[in-house]
Amino acid sequence: MYFNIKHITTALLILFVAASCRKEIKERTSNTELLNPANIDADAGAWKPILLASPDEFPVAAPGATSGPTYTAEINEIKSYQQNMSVADKDRIKYWGAGAVLRWNEIMRDLVAKYNLPPYQNPDGTYPVPDANNPFNNPQFPFANPPYASRAYAYISAAQYDALVAAWYYKKLYNRSAPYKINTTFTTYLPQTNLPSYPSEDAVVVGVMVEMLKLFFPAEQAKIQQLATEHKNARLMAGMNVRSDIEAGEALGRLVAQKFVTRARGDRAGAAVGTPAIWQQMETQTAATGETPWTSLESPKRPPMLPLFGRVKTWLFDSTTLVTKLRPGPPPSTKSDKFKKELDEVLYYSKHATREQVAIVHFWADGLVTATPPGHWNAIAADDFIKQHYSEVRWARNMALLNMSMMDAAIACWDAKFYYFNPRPAQMNPEIKTWTGLPNFPSYTSGHSTFSGAAATILGRIIPERKTAYENMALEASLSRLYGAIHYRSDCEEGLKCGNAVGSYAVARANSDGAN
Amino acid sequence: MKQTIICCFTALLLLAVNKTCFAQTDMDGLMMSKNEFCIGGSYNYNVWKNYWEGTKQRENLNVGKISTQTMAVMGNYGATKKLNVLFNIPYVITKASAGTLHGQKGMQDLSLMLKYKAINIVASHSRFAAFGIIGGSVPMSNYTPDLLPLSIGMKSKTAMARLLFDYYYNNKWFVTASATYVLRSNVTLDRDSYYTDHLILSNEVDMPNATSYNVRAGYRTKLVVAELVLNNWTTKGGFDITQNNMPFISNRMNATSVGASMKYVFKNKPQLFVKAGANQVIAGRNVGKSFEVNGSVFYAFFLKKKAKK
Repeated sequence: MYFNIKHITTALLILFVAASCRKEIKERTSNTELLNPANIDADAGAWKPILLASPDEFPVAAPGATSGPTYTAEINEIKSYQQNMSVADKDRIKYWGAGAVLRWNEIMRDLVAKYNLPPYQNPDGTYPVPDANNPFNNPQFPFANPPYASRAYAYISAAQYDALVAAWYYKKLYNRSAPYKINTTFTTYLPQTNLPSYPSEDAVVVGVMVEMLKLFFPAEQAKIQQLATEHKNARLMAGMNVRSDIEAGEALGRLVAQKFVTRARGDRAGAAVGTPAIWQQMETQTAATGETPWTSLESPKRPPMLPLFGRVKTWLFDSTTLVTKLRPGPPPSTKSDKFKKELDEVLYYSKHATREQVAIVHFWADGLVTATPPGHWNAIAADDFIKQHYSEVRWARNMALLNMSMMDAAIACWDAKFYYFNPRPAQMNPEIKTWTGLPNFPSYTSGHSTFSGAAATILGRIIPERKTAYENMALEASLSRLYGAIHYRSDCEEGLKCGNAVGSYAVARANSDGAN
Repeated sequence: MKQTIICCFTALLLLAVNKTCFAQTDMDGLMMSKNEFCIGGSYNYNVWKNYWEGTKQRENLNVGKISTQTMAVMGNYGATKKLNVLFNIPYVITKASAGTLHGQKGMQDLSLMLKYKAINIVASHSRFAAFGIIGGSVPMSNYTPDLLPLSIGMKSKTAMARLLFDYYYNNKWFVTASATYVLRSNVTLDRDSYYTDHLILSNEVDMPNATSYNVRAGYRTKLVVAELVLNNWTTKGGFDITQNNMPFISNRMNATSVGASMKYVFKNKPQLFVKAGANQVIAGRNVGKSFEVNGSVFYAFFLKKKAKK
């Protein structure tokens, strides 16, 4: 036995070099291709809006002429920006040039992740409730948990879609060409298209975001305003829009957003936290049936997450459909043999999950300080949509379909969770330890499964060649909760089924919204 | 024969700080002779209930006490009188006393180090020595680093360089001081994005580097060492745990600990010796306020016949 010092030294030096030459973290979309739609969807103004009665519900004034001193002044504004552009300006043009819907979707995921933290307990062991009127201090508002997040993504996507349908309507109506089609004395830094530029689609999205985020992330307005300004300036500097395109677009976006804000204020989500009396009643009701009711395994015991979220107003079907057609049948009785078998299966994975299964648990966990499962499906969709070269309005339409189905999936799932108030596996057998954090709400059905079922169904309609891939992802996401010892098999299977059913309502909408 | 730096890393990532170091380790001023090989086994028990969420100290009833047991095989080989090769192979088990989170266990990171005695100055009653130490570590198994505070390690490959000075007076009293810089490679997680102070759409995490300072002083003879140890670990960058958040591998983990340790060589069988120690984290950031005890047994022998002149 003799160590060769030369070899050891070499090995150590290699290790030293390997560890020292750290790689910059390259994000998936940091350098993504610029939006250059394969089809500008010139007739999208005729697509069916979600809330708007008609695409011209909110008027947009006719633009000024493209000849004469007013327009020349607008062109000169672009030129004056282009005289002194910094590297940072050019980077921002490229960043926003990847697409308004894409970038604001990423910003949303960032905000959701930042706010996806439960409040810290009071000294007496109770928990404070996040307050939209005082969003800054403990507890911060919101707690962007999965139902909250699904709702935020849905409203924002739906509002973007309606606002862009309206924008496309006016683009076609007024047919004012982009500045680079009128004047060639400045540079364009992004791909040129034949899409009329008034009102600006980017500014429409900005207007929607500025208004909607006041509601969903009220403490972030300073940051949002800064991003909004950067986005609008990037369009001017790139020579893609003149100031009047931007202003008309932003105003339209804001007006449409306000209609969605009004809906959101009346959709019953504000009351979803419930009251101690309601929490107690749910427990008592379930106990009265002879079943074991859910109880919080957190310490101190935390009230269940948004127990009345199942009563929030849906997008794709009505509340009768929810209760009569979508609510899954009851879970196996906690006294039944089937339940015991399923509980044993969870215990098995708690003890014997393989390394690969634990990796699956963590890939789909989407727990605290993540964009949540709906956010994960937004990321999956966005990565695929980039490759499809959609126009902004089609991006928004597809994101709206995806996110409305996931919010409705959250509503259907939360309805089942609090209708049955079924205990978690770890509550029924304390030997069961989980491979990721245990959520603080009843078990049946699995939220991950319901979200994933809905997402896979509508995404399979949007990109048919990826249908099987999405179904496999949804199944894996669903089973990840069993592997993680978070859910029984019934929770996962019924959740996935219910999600698929919810998704089919989005497919029905997609088949008839005029975008095919 | 060492409490390796890897252990130190592990413990840190476990929100604990494990810094008790023994004689003839990568943290002391002692060397093995040429061709002398020393092998040993050690056991550490590290536990904390309170931790620093950023700079705020708190407890978390949903994990209770986090305990980490480390069993390691370690060795030190005297390649020459001036150059020693040290290794450490740890197996780690973690457990939370409350809540539902699964404890983790597995082979952690193999570490390897070269210790070179560069300067040795002997005066009438004292001796001064300076050492240069370089080394590194690599994960030995595919454990997940994404379940802190229960993950068994950080899964980062590391490389470190250390300067160490040892002053020995009257063949009894000593002071040893060292400064270390640690480079840490990116870590890949099993997910597609993660949040630091913003959402990062990648599975790769940039691990901040770290520095470590260690001062130890006490009584040292051929048969007995008794020492007090002060240690500091500072992460150069990283972010704070936000309120009620879980810890994350690239947190700014800092810790200062005090401890004591001893070594005892059996007089009638000087190849055999034992060590024991304890330490307490007294100040920190994004780490557990941990208490640790450890013990180990070593056996030293010559791989070749002792060269005689």
